This record gives sequence, structure tokens and C-alpha cells, in this order.
Amino acid sequence: MVVVGAGECGTRAAFALRENGWTGPITLVGGEAELPYERPPLSKTWAHKPICDDERLRAADVTYLPGTHATALDPHAHAVTLDDGRTLAYAKLLLATGATARPLPFDGAPVHLVRTHGDVRTLRTRLRAGTRVGVIGGGFIGLELAAAAAALGADVTVLELADRLMGRAVPARIAQTVAARHAAAGVDVRCGTAVTGLAERAGGTVISLADGTSVEVDVVVAGVGAVPNTALAERAGLAVDDGVLVDASLATSAPDVFAAGDCCRFPHPLYPGRPLRLESWRAAQQQGDTAATGMLGADEAYTAVPWFWSDQHDLSLQVAGLAAAATDEAVRVRPDGVELWFGLDAEGRLVAAAAVGPGNAVAKDVRLAEMLIAARVVVPADALADPGVALKSLLRRTPARV
Amino acid sequence: MSQWIAACDVEDVDLEDVIPFDHAGNAYAVYRSPDDAYFATDGHCTHEQQLLCDGLVMDGVIECPKHNGRFDYTTGKALGAPVLVDVRTYATKVEDGTVYIELPP
Repeated sequence: MVVVGAGECGTRAAFALRENGWTGPITLVGGEAELPYERPPLSKTWAHKPICDDERLRAADVTYLPGTHATALDPHAHAVTLDDGRTLAYAKLLLATGATARPLPFDGAPVHLVRTHGDVRTLRTRLRAGTRVGVIGGGFIGLELAAAAAALGADVTVLELADRLMGRAVPARIAQTVAARHAAAGVDVRCGTAVTGLAERAGGTVISLADGTSVEVDVVVAGVGAVPNTALAERAGLAVDDGVLVDASLATSAPDVFAAGDCCRFPHPLYPGRPLRLESWRAAQQQGDTAATGMLGADEAYTAVPWFWSDQHDLSLQVAGLAAAATDEAVRVRPDGVELWFGLDAEGRLVAAAAVGPGNAVAKDVRLAEMLIAARVVVPADALADPGVALKSLLRRTPARV
Repeated sequence: MSQWIAACDVEDVDLEDVIPFDHAGNAYAVYRSPDDAYFATDGHCTHEQQLLCDGLVMDGVIECPKHNGRFDYTTGKALGAPVLVDVRTYATKVEDGTVYIELPP
């Protein structure tokens, strides 16, 4: 068994193969020259947290090849070639190659893209109280870094092209609450602001804006999306379309080759239409598990409700389902003032939920909403909006099945 | 010599729910099962030390609110990644409407 990519997904899959009874060799190939580590803490607290240690890899008898890239895949020969010249034969292969931070479409000055431990280590050394930071991109990574930089006393400006933060992933009212929290922390959030260029000057980097004005900063950070790493699959002739295309059980178009995590695009039973590519820790973890069972012969579909969280300042934002799939909404205001947003489709089925609150205040309710989404329950909007109706009780009702 | 410490009133915890209890600088979580039995564990998840009391209790399981690590709250057993280490449990008893947990000295 060979796993290419030692991020959250690949590492989980490697351990899951052993946990599910595989007694043969398991090789985990990772491009970074260190132990597999968690990405979420990097942009939130600058923290480096390994997923496992050498002892755990040894105990599971997983052969870990760090600092190694796969350069070629031959699905017919069932072999993958590495950049150290070796070739690994596989019975089954998992592509968990993740994604790469998208670069800005222009040069002119150094820009920090943030994806890896190394990226964060470098950025962190440039920040201190009073450092002027320009964050291009008001998505999750940009906003988490803005909050983390502000916590160090940096003077932060966020430049977002769209008229609100975090795009269609989060409903407008939640984005508004988050924007207000950044403003309260002294972060200058500018939406509807297009960046047209960068130039280095003696005093710093000048970021030019479409309205003709500019912002001068000491450090530029860009969080403008991530591009799935599909080159290996493409060169091998696998079906690729902004992600390695897989079926419901994460199998690619090549026999015995699976793909999972940030690099794959898969059909989701709850969201018919274009297959999804999810960039979240939970999806990476769970897809690593599903891919492993698939590699061992199970025919199990990945059907988990999408879910992710983002920590910014003292707030934790959580989203279950796909906010963009909702055509109607209901909002519940809890006694503690926290707003829970529920997204419904045209049949009145709950398809998404989102909330933001201090610490873990929203976790329980979003988790219950996630269960309602999975159960495909049709829930009256007024019951969702009524803080007197326990979400748990809605789960236990006989769901109205269409 | 371990001791029984009063943690809360029986009605302080809803059915199939959890509340926090702090004692001597340590955090604990007290659970009430759907059939009215009480259980207690350490208050922090063994994964990244988040407070379990903010998590969902359902079907014998407490889920950590942060990453959904799952524990059987009756035995403390960690039910799979990301939680790999069991959470410590403490014996409980109910006397005169008060829930007591047995804590080490």
C-alpha cells in the first residue's frame, strides 16, 4: 500500500490501513522533510503540532519517506517513481497530495503565501508590534492570519475583492459579525477592494488598489485560495478537473488508485450537481479513513456532511453543510446573544448551518444541525428560529421524507 | 485516601447532557445519561485539552466540541482518531439529591 502525501489525509489513511487489518507494507511518502503535522494551528496560533511521532509510525509499521516527492505514476504497471530515483510498486495507491497556496497574479514585491510550517515560521519572524501587514484576501486563511498578527501588535489591513468576507462559504450575517470583531481588534477590513499591483519602495511595499489609492505595508501576506496538486495524476492520464476526479468511494479513473482530501473532487449525495472539492481538516481526516477502507476492498461511499471551523480572535466560526446550497434561511438568536443561521433548500430540507461565538459556544448546536442535515430532515423554519425548541428534539422527530 | 466531593445537584444536569465542575484547580465534567445515571470524567479532551462540557452528549458518547473526538463517557474510552488516549473517569454516587464524585487526595 502506498500513500502519496503526508498531510492530514495521507497520514490518517496510512494509520487507518493498519488499524483496519492490513498486514503488508504501508509506505507514506511526504514532500516535506519533517514529521506530518497539523495545518489548522499554523494560521491561528503559529503553532507547530505534529500529527504523530516516529514511535507511532514504528508501532504501526508505516514506512515514512519525508522530503520525497512522487514524480511519475504508472497505473498499468502499478508503480510510482520517486524523486530519489526509486520506484515503489503498489497493490493500491492513495493520492493525498493536497493543494498549494495560489500565488498572486502579479510580482513587484515579496509576498508571503501560507500553507506550510516553513511558510509560517518565516512569516512569524517578520512580525512584531507595529509591523504594518497587508493581507490580500479576506478568506479564512487571510482572516486567521490577520487575527494572529493583530494579537502580536501588528497593524493589519485586510483587502478583500468581494463585497464581503469569506465569500459564499459563510452566510452574510455571520461574515458581518466576524468583520465587526476584526474591526474591534483594530484590523482595517476593506471589502470591495481590488488589488492591482505591488511595488517595493524604501519605506515598505506599496499595494496599489483599483480606486487609485494605495496602502504601504512592511509585510504582504496573500490568502487567495489553494490550487489542488493534480500534476502527478494528470501526467498519468487520470481524470482531473480542478481536483482529481473520484467516485463516491474516492476511487479515481485508474484502477487501484484512490484520491482524497484537498486534491480530490467527489460527488456528494446531499449536494447533487457539480462534484465537490472540500478543503477542510475534517474532510481530509474522514476521507483518509474512507480511502483506506476502499483500498482494503470495502465499497463504502464518503457521505459525511461537510464541516469546518475557523478561529479568529476569541471567536470560533463553524459551518456544517454547504451554505451556498441554501435558497432559504432561518435565524435563531440564543439567550446568550449568539446567532445560529440555518440554510434550507427549496424543499424545506436543512442543507447548511453556521454560527460564530466565543470559544466553543456554538459547537453543540452546529453539531446537532449537522446531524439534521445528514438525516435530510424537513424542518419548519419557525421551529429552527425558535430558541425554545431544542435542536435535539427536532432530530428525534420522525423526519418527513420526500 | 480518596474522597467524595459534592459536584452538583441532580437537576443541575439535563438528561443526556453534561456540565463542568471545577475542584482544587482541576476541571471535571459531570454527565447525566438518558436513564438518569451520573458519570464523571476529566474536564479536558485528551487530544488538545478543550473543555468537554461544551460538547454534545448523545448515545453514550461525549464529543469534544473542537474536533469531534469521541469518548464513551461511562468508561472514558477514546473511540477513535483524533482522540487516541482515554479520558480519566471518576466514580459517582447520588445522595439526597446531590451528585458526588470520588476524587483522589
